Amino acid sequence: MGNAPRRRAEWLLTAPSLLWLAILVLLPTVIVFAIALKPADPFGGVGAGWTLDTLRSLGRPSYLVIAWRTIYLSLLATACCLALATPMSYYMARAPRRWQRRLLLLVVVPFWTCFLVRVFAWKVLLHPDGALKHTLAALGLIPGSATLLYTPGAVLLVMVYTSLPFAVLPIYAAAEKFDFKLLEAARDLGATSLKAFRAVFLPGIGRGVASAALLVFIPSLGSYIIPDIVGGPSEEMIGNVIAQRVFTDRNLPHAGALSALLTLAVLAPMLAALLLRRRDAASGKGTGL
Amino acid sequence: MAGAGRYNAPGSAEVAGFLVLEDVAKSFGAVRAVDGVSLGVEKGEFFSLLGPSGCGKTTLLRMIAGFERPDRGRVLLDGVDITALPPNQRKVNTVFQSYALFPHMTVRENIAFGLKMAKRPRPEIEREVERMLALVQMEDQAEKHPDQLSGGQKQRVAVARALINKPQVLLLDEPLAALDLKLRQRMLLELDLIHDEVGITFLYVTHDQGEAMSLSDRLAVMNRGLVDQIGTPAQVYEAPQSSFVAAFIGDTNFFEGQVVELVNGDYSRIAIEGFEPVLSFNDTAKQPGMPVFLSVRPEKIRISSERPELGGRHNVVAAKVEDVVYLGTHTRFWVRSGTHRLAVFQQQGRFLLDEKPIRWGDDVWISWHADDGFMLERYSEADGTLVDLPPQRIGEERPEAEPPDGEGD
Repeated sequence: MGNAPRRRAEWLLTAPSLLWLAILVLLPTVIVFAIALKPADPFGGVGAGWTLDTLRSLGRPSYLVIAWRTIYLSLLATACCLALATPMSYYMARAPRRWQRRLLLLVVVPFWTCFLVRVFAWKVLLHPDGALKHTLAALGLIPGSATLLYTPGAVLLVMVYTSLPFAVLPIYAAAEKFDFKLLEAARDLGATSLKAFRAVFLPGIGRGVASAALLVFIPSLGSYIIPDIVGGPSEEMIGNVIAQRVFTDRNLPHAGALSALLTLAVLAPMLAALLLRRRDAASGKGTGL
Repeated sequence: MAGAGRYNAPGSAEVAGFLVLEDVAKSFGAVRAVDGVSLGVEKGEFFSLLGPSGCGKTTLLRMIAGFERPDRGRVLLDGVDITALPPNQRKVNTVFQSYALFPHMTVRENIAFGLKMAKRPRPEIEREVERMLALVQMEDQAEKHPDQLSGGQKQRVAVARALINKPQVLLLDEPLAALDLKLRQRMLLELDLIHDEVGITFLYVTHDQGEAMSLSDRLAVMNRGLVDQIGTPAQVYEAPQSSFVAAFIGDTNFFEGQVVELVNGDYSRIAIEGFEPVLSFNDTAKQPGMPVFLSVRPEKIRISSERPELGGRHNVVAAKVEDVVYLGTHTRFWVRSGTHRLAVFQQQGRFLLDEKPIRWGDDVWISWHADDGFMLERYSEADGTLVDLPPQRIGEERPEAEPPDGEGD
């Protein structure tokens, strides 16, 4: 088969998905970006003409605080998820086959319940009159007057809780393919267990960890429900502000500008990952993903 | 023939050597992988553990490396008890069956790993790596990653990586099993050269008797978690103590009989069903009336169309040829004499065109010297199935003595 007909066939096959992406992803994104450049009208719509005022207003200190908090909490949640998921995946991958399947099931079980319900459950648990609070206070671990709900800690906790499966699954997938003989080889050559873990296991599952980091970090940036339900006014993230602009302030250009900012923030780590992967492929390292 | 004391009795109480195992045992659940093994390896020796899959040889190796803790017994290296030491604190390094090269490191980084873990100064690491690269002839591949190497190259890197720490014993776990036949023979010679060059004690685990015989100074034949016999390749081949050793290493013919009389001390006359009494060397002090099991190697048996005129120390038996396989260097015959089926190898001598070769169905005479019959100390019915006899009809099931592969590693 010649090259040209083959290429045409490839185009034909990918056309539907490209069309889908164009209509449902690219076009809305362009519209959002466009709205950001429009003036707001007093009735909650978009006025005529173009303006850069909205974009300029993003430099407001209050926004910077929220942007920083969004990034900071997302990074922290990602770090916590990786720190928990890596040893979890290690032990899961080393468990007998039968157990691996059961443990994997346990990781996925939370998905059987609606996301909103799970977040609400935490509100009940962390409530000043909740069981968790009372138990911890009774054990003397926290003072009776401590508040658990509506704190940055609560937001972080629930973010980690909801994202953990997305970290465990890719890291486990990589760990499950890892050749544990390599750890024996490292031990044999004089490495302590910890050194062997760091020098051989972590690089071995590197791609899984990278995928996990993206899968946790990117959705975390767009968190909206979690800070809304278990966070207080000072735990607002960028998602909450966007919602406010749309539903409370009825200022679509403002919401559009913030959304554009968020979209760019999400694209940055993905782009970085893509470039890293390119470089790896070019230098002949690794086996591709 | 060699006199008394020509082999180490297995399980003998006193074991000496550089690397010593004292009554080592290890079970996995209900499976006794190693069931009380004692042996001593001398410094600088090339020692092999030879046995079929599941005989416990790999478990034994893993206990020496420190990956498994024995249930019982001790492992001593240079007089020091290392039984409880973790792998990273033993002066022992391993060449793994799958090589276990670190995929994210170059050849150079792989080889340097051991010295890096030992926190040696950089210049020393660089110098040693160069030396190792030269030893295994991999200087021009140093910057490649393992997935860019051929099987033989990977094997060389694995050997270099294990040798750089200057181990007191190098453990090799079936290092050639993943290679094809040609490459295996090449690497076999290379391993031998490396052993000569570095002078380190090698402990080599294999199920391939050819590898073990050609490389080893001494070898231990293992079966079902026990050492059956320890000796030089020639001792083990020529003077097998058990039916397992006789059948696992090379081919053989087994006869069951009874001692009838002693003939001037060293020899015995043995009654074997279907034969005239057979004369055999008797070094095991078997007395008249005792049952004996005789092993006669096929290449020790002569085959001829005419009844050979031989001295009194030879046994001559009439037989009928059932199968002939011409193999170039030698011809393999299977002959029947009464209820016995025997394998006979005949080395090809000078080829004469007018010679009348022995064919299928011919009546022949087979003969062997009394010294070539070997009385076994231990006999197990199951080992008879290890002897390679041709099928008598199409599709005949061959009893499987051992599982084909996998020692649970």
